[in-house]
Amino acid sequence: MKPQEIWKRNTKRILIAVVVLLIYIWAFSGIPVIQIKETSGEVFSSIMSGIFSPDWGYVYDPAGEDLLRTLLETLAIALLGTFISSLLCIPFSFMAARNIAKTKFMVGTSKSVLSFIRVFPDIVLALLFIKAVGPGPFAGVLALGIGAVGMLGKLIAESVESIDLSAREALIATGGNPVKTFMFAVVPQVLPNFFSFVLYRFEVNLRAATILGVIGAGGIGAPLIFALSVRDWERVGIILLGIIVMVTILDAISSRIRSRLI
Amino acid sequence: MKETPVELSSCTPPMPPSKKKPLFTIFIVLVLVTGSGWQIGFSITDLTAGLPEMGSLLVQLVPPDWTYFGEVTSPMMETIQMAVLGTTFGGLIAFPLSMLAASNIFHTNWITVPSRLLLNLIRTLPELLLAALFVAIFGIGPVPGVFALMMFSLGIIAKLFFESVEAIDSGPMEAMTAVGANKLKWMMFGVVPQVMSSFMSFFLYAFEINIRAAAVLGLVGAGGIGLYYEQNLGFFEYARVSTIIVYSLIVVLVIDFLSTRIREKLQ
Amino acid sequence: MIEFNHVSKVYPNGTTALNEVDLQIEDGEFVVVVGLSGAGKSTFLRSINRLHEVTEGEILINGESITKARGSSLYRMRREIGMIFQNFNLVRRSSVMRNVLSGRVGYHSTLRMILGLFPREDKDIAMQALERVNLQEKAYSRADELSGGQQQRVSIARALAQEAKLILADEPVASLDPMTTKQVMDDLARINKELNMTMVVNLHFIDVARQYATRIIGLREGEVVFDGPVGQATDEIFSDIYGRPVHKDEMLGEM
Repeated sequence: MKPQEIWKRNTKRILIAVVVLLIYIWAFSGIPVIQIKETSGEVFSSIMSGIFSPDWGYVYDPAGEDLLRTLLETLAIALLGTFISSLLCIPFSFMAARNIAKTKFMVGTSKSVLSFIRVFPDIVLALLFIKAVGPGPFAGVLALGIGAVGMLGKLIAESVESIDLSAREALIATGGNPVKTFMFAVVPQVLPNFFSFVLYRFEVNLRAATILGVIGAGGIGAPLIFALSVRDWERVGIILLGIIVMVTILDAISSRIRSRLI
Repeated sequence: MKETPVELSSCTPPMPPSKKKPLFTIFIVLVLVTGSGWQIGFSITDLTAGLPEMGSLLVQLVPPDWTYFGEVTSPMMETIQMAVLGTTFGGLIAFPLSMLAASNIFHTNWITVPSRLLLNLIRTLPELLLAALFVAIFGIGPVPGVFALMMFSLGIIAKLFFESVEAIDSGPMEAMTAVGANKLKWMMFGVVPQVMSSFMSFFLYAFEINIRAAAVLGLVGAGGIGLYYEQNLGFFEYARVSTIIVYSLIVVLVIDFLSTRIREKLQ
Repeated sequence: MIEFNHVSKVYPNGTTALNEVDLQIEDGEFVVVVGLSGAGKSTFLRSINRLHEVTEGEILINGESITKARGSSLYRMRREIGMIFQNFNLVRRSSVMRNVLSGRVGYHSTLRMILGLFPREDKDIAMQALERVNLQEKAYSRADELSGGQQQRVSIARALAQEAKLILADEPVASLDPMTTKQVMDDLARINKELNMTMVVNLHFIDVARQYATRIIGLREGEVVFDGPVGQATDEIFSDIYGRPVHKDEMLGEM
């Protein structure tokens, strides 16, 4: 390498280093120094001890709101939200796929709708739905049901665009009308990916559903926030354990099914 | 010796696969969906009553309140700062943790198994929930946000990174063993050069996700622009809400663009 | 019987794919269409079941015009015509059985097909079709698990299950090796003889064409330059169709 090139490369590296350094100086300037408040350590160890000596009595309480019931509600929100979005995304996925949709206009419109939906974070959608249908799990279901359409529609449209359409010609040649041709030549190729994406989205939705309660959209989030605010660390512990166990088990089931689909 | 029945049966056509499995799956899905609907009190009447409400709400979102942009710039900057720091700390922890979890670096189960367990554990908790916990520990402000994003990006980076560490070429590692390097030197020269570019790529990817996540952490008091959602919704200031959404979108798009460009250069 | 009445096809870019084609194909014939690539062989074949539209003239199948057929009558006419493709055009992810059954979609209502409900008899027909190409033991394998030759035989079974009177085959052996080429061509010849099904086959290899055809049609730049029994198709004729001496790679050899 010529000395000139070495010099050029070195200045480039120094420049990058300076830019990165400036970014970090700026980033740190915005965040207050962590004052380790006396309470911080105390709270942390309380949460830890809460996890190791959880409030087992909260797991099942025949009289009122208990862990199992709220976990079940969380799961129900995630399941129903995923189900709704899996139905809603189907027309969009095909209308947004270049090889299936009839016109460029249709593809463009569908892709824009999908992008527009993706702009809203799930939790913001939930806030909006609470305004529309009132607080409760129903708002959470709608938020997840609508919110996931953006991502599912995009992923499925992309996988539709990558399928092999040669079988379509064969189906037309056997005398199939457009619907029959679609059902036999297109659907079987998309189905495994469709289910795989829906399951993946279910895993995402389940995590999202655990926090919806924070803003009043149902599920385990509400009792968690309440327990945190009244400093009931044993209860915080059991709720965290409940979430971790539920998510871990359902993740394992879902990924097992997904690996068998492909 | 007689003709065995096995040979006879090999001439007959095979039996079709059982139809029970797909039917059972459909049944299970229906049970789960109706059960869920019943559990949360899904009602079509609520939906039909709520949808026009939602429609009018969406109408009120446009146009955004342009004057409000100036006001939320400083929390928006705080959001980016939180994401920068959170991702950095998360990445710094993810690097060694991924090494510990990779079975081709550490061949002993008692190191890799607990590391992976820890990784999976972190990944079960969503960012807002982590933020709520850290708010309880550190109090309201951007500090718990940084910690929540740190844990969140740790989960993302470590998962991706440890898989790519496990897939590396064993040649350079064997070469380092052959020259008699200790474990640290062995990793520095046999492993790190091979994985550095993919690590940077995952780091930037996590940063993109963190920017989106950081924008809502304020809802639980963990700093950034998210705090302003609830405030404005509470006062029915929908034009301001859409200002926040549009602003977040612009920042996300710019950062996605920059990050994608850098990631392409890394390849 | 297939009748071409002054059929021409001009593509929008001005290329003439078929030029004043005027001929008849009788029931039970084994017709092989030869010509250079781009001579219009594929367009000729695909205009018979109207996968391609012609720009002039008319094609009659058993006296009925497919050129003028619309909607359900077009679907019904296509149902009578099986087709085999160079790249098999199977749904690779679906089972062999389902691929063969897809030949039956023209016989049932759309709703029934959306639900995928085939009657018992259809499954028997499909199984018999698979038996005819010796693949019944693969009925419930996935199509992409089969070799190329086996996949092509599945597509023959699909055409058989269709219970067509006529099979069109567009370069059916172009993606196959010499061994499987023979198997596939033998299958087609057997079906032609045993079921008296008319075959119209596009072929690249001259020796294969000579071995199986009863009649040869030579196309050059969309025009029929030879049409006669296989015995008359001498080497000189082939050179004339190709506009140059026959190359070595146009012979499969080995057969």
